[in-house]
Amino acid sequence: MTALALGVAVTLTALGVVYTQHRSRAEFVALQHLERVQAELDTQWGRLELEQSTWSTHGRIERIARERLDMRQPDFDRAEIVVLQ
Amino acid sequence: MKRHARQNMAPGRRRFVVGACAFGGLVLAGRAFDLQVVRRDFLRDQGDVRHVRTVPVPAHRGMMVDRNGEPLAISTPVWSIWADPGPLLEAPDRWRALAKALRMSVRDLRARVHGASDKEFVWLKRQLTPSRAKEVLALNVPGVGRRREYRRYYPTGEVSGQVLGFTGIDDHGQEGLELAYDDWLAGHSGRKRVVQDRLGRVVEDLELLQPAEHGRDLRVSLDRRLQYLAYRELKTAVAHHGAKGGSLVMLDVHTGEVLAMVNQPAFNPNDTSERSGDIVRNRAVTDVFEPGSTMKPLTITAALESGRFTPETPISTAPGTYRVGGHTISDDRNLGTLDVSGVIIKSSNVGASRIALSMDPGALYRTYARYGLGVSSGSGFPGEASGTLRPPNAWGRLEQATMAFGYGVSVTTLQLTRAYAAIAADGVLPPIRFRKVADIAAEANQRERIMSSETARELRRMLEAVVSPRGTGDRGSVSGYRVAGKTGTAHKVSAHGYADKRYRALFAGFAPASHPRIAAVVMVDEPQGDYYGGLVAAPVFSRVMAGALRLLDIRPDDPGDHLVATTAGDS
Repeated sequence: MTALALGVAVTLTALGVVYTQHRSRAEFVALQHLERVQAELDTQWGRLELEQSTWSTHGRIERIARERLDMRQPDFDRAEIVVLQ
Repeated sequence: MKRHARQNMAPGRRRFVVGACAFGGLVLAGRAFDLQVVRRDFLRDQGDVRHVRTVPVPAHRGMMVDRNGEPLAISTPVWSIWADPGPLLEAPDRWRALAKALRMSVRDLRARVHGASDKEFVWLKRQLTPSRAKEVLALNVPGVGRRREYRRYYPTGEVSGQVLGFTGIDDHGQEGLELAYDDWLAGHSGRKRVVQDRLGRVVEDLELLQPAEHGRDLRVSLDRRLQYLAYRELKTAVAHHGAKGGSLVMLDVHTGEVLAMVNQPAFNPNDTSERSGDIVRNRAVTDVFEPGSTMKPLTITAALESGRFTPETPISTAPGTYRVGGHTISDDRNLGTLDVSGVIIKSSNVGASRIALSMDPGALYRTYARYGLGVSSGSGFPGEASGTLRPPNAWGRLEQATMAFGYGVSVTTLQLTRAYAAIAADGVLPPIRFRKVADIAAEANQRERIMSSETARELRRMLEAVVSPRGTGDRGSVSGYRVAGKTGTAHKVSAHGYADKRYRALFAGFAPASHPRIAAVVMVDEPQGDYYGGLVAAPVFSRVMAGALRLLDIRPDDPGDHLVATTAGDS
């Protein structure tokens, strides 16, 4: 009787081991997939960050402001300072 | 019939068949036992060697951002192409196409692969853009694979090249802040085990042996906006005056944070071909020079601190020359009798020499040393120079006199800026920081008082008068603000003593003078034509300071009639 119970238990745990191993493989594959996605997004983020950084270079903004938009910094004589109290 | 046949089978024959079957079974079982049990480890290892590989999991380096979080250095993923020489050597017909995609000659490729023919891994080309790497892999050449690495980009390019430095191909810092903070920034790549097929492609990830540790981000003290402004103005001035080079340093006078630090000529750290020679040196920190007249306020500090001089003490500078130890010290013209303030305002060499010679060399030395001369500022910047300040027992009378106006002593631009920051900060010498200071109060107790606040206040008054129509530094002024500063024009030393026509133009100062926030020094090396600090360096100071005060939203302390007071909520 005991032998039978043990046999059943061994069979069940053996199946359990197989199952968890399968799960672990599957989860690992999913993790790897997500890591690849993360790497992909990382690449994109880095590229966008660089792109933004390049577009917003002060030299470029200043050039556009001066040349294309014909803007200039007002002299102090024409400035009014407003102090909030 | 069957029955009959069976019955008729000879017993010997039957035993033979059974025996043969049993023997065959035993042989198979024995072989299975041999493979599965006896040679199990050996065989599994051999199988794994052919398929299981430990490969690195790349970790990226931390980002460097400026004090406002704007990026200064970013690592972005790139692909490096590698090969397993075995399979690649078996496919020589594909080499031409591969070499073309890699932009290499077939000969180089062959040399590279043959050189590593006994290994299982060789880099073919590192750090390709994702699109180029895709092009290479699309060829599907046996034994060729890609691996992710990181490349460093510097969005500000040459504006901050020398301060930030750069990293090598292995992603470790080689110069500048990249080197100084390498431990903080560096990531540590992990390792994982994977199964590869015969052609070297990863078929399955087995397990993670060690996760990748990404580097930490570093918030440096620089302000990208001020950095650009300083760069632009210095570059313009150097080009306009046909100068050899220049440096500009801007400090927060209370925290000692470096807000801007630029040099000319500059280099672009994104271009690997530019990363060599003298140009990568951050001259503001690594190169020393004689500070000339910008040294005078330091001498006057010693005079005021001795208690024997006040700003009103009269000093005779007539007749404009002064003979010391067989040499003649001279002013541009005879300035007559000045007071101590006048020596600073008119920048009299004779006056400064007379004051210095009336003092004890030890007291002068202690004052200079307290200002941080002759020692490194402790910023931790790689290759920082400490300048020279000789001990007082090595001074002769001539040296004691010439040091008073900045000859016979040498400083870096950073040291000089720090000294002026101390005058600005009421006599407290700030520590130099390249990282943003998070908690200013916690830093306060690390600072060192080097003169009484009374002396600092008197010096500020004198320096403010320099930047006025009656002083030498009028062009350093900023409308709307009170500015204090000092001009300097230093003869350069050549192999034959002081060169006749080679100068350094200097301006050191801070603003707003009522409650100083920013100190800056402009140094222009060998300007052609005009060479006076008040004409060459002061206008650069004025423009950079004006922009900095506006960008940092510092309230004008001399607004004249431009001030409109209003109450909150009024609009």
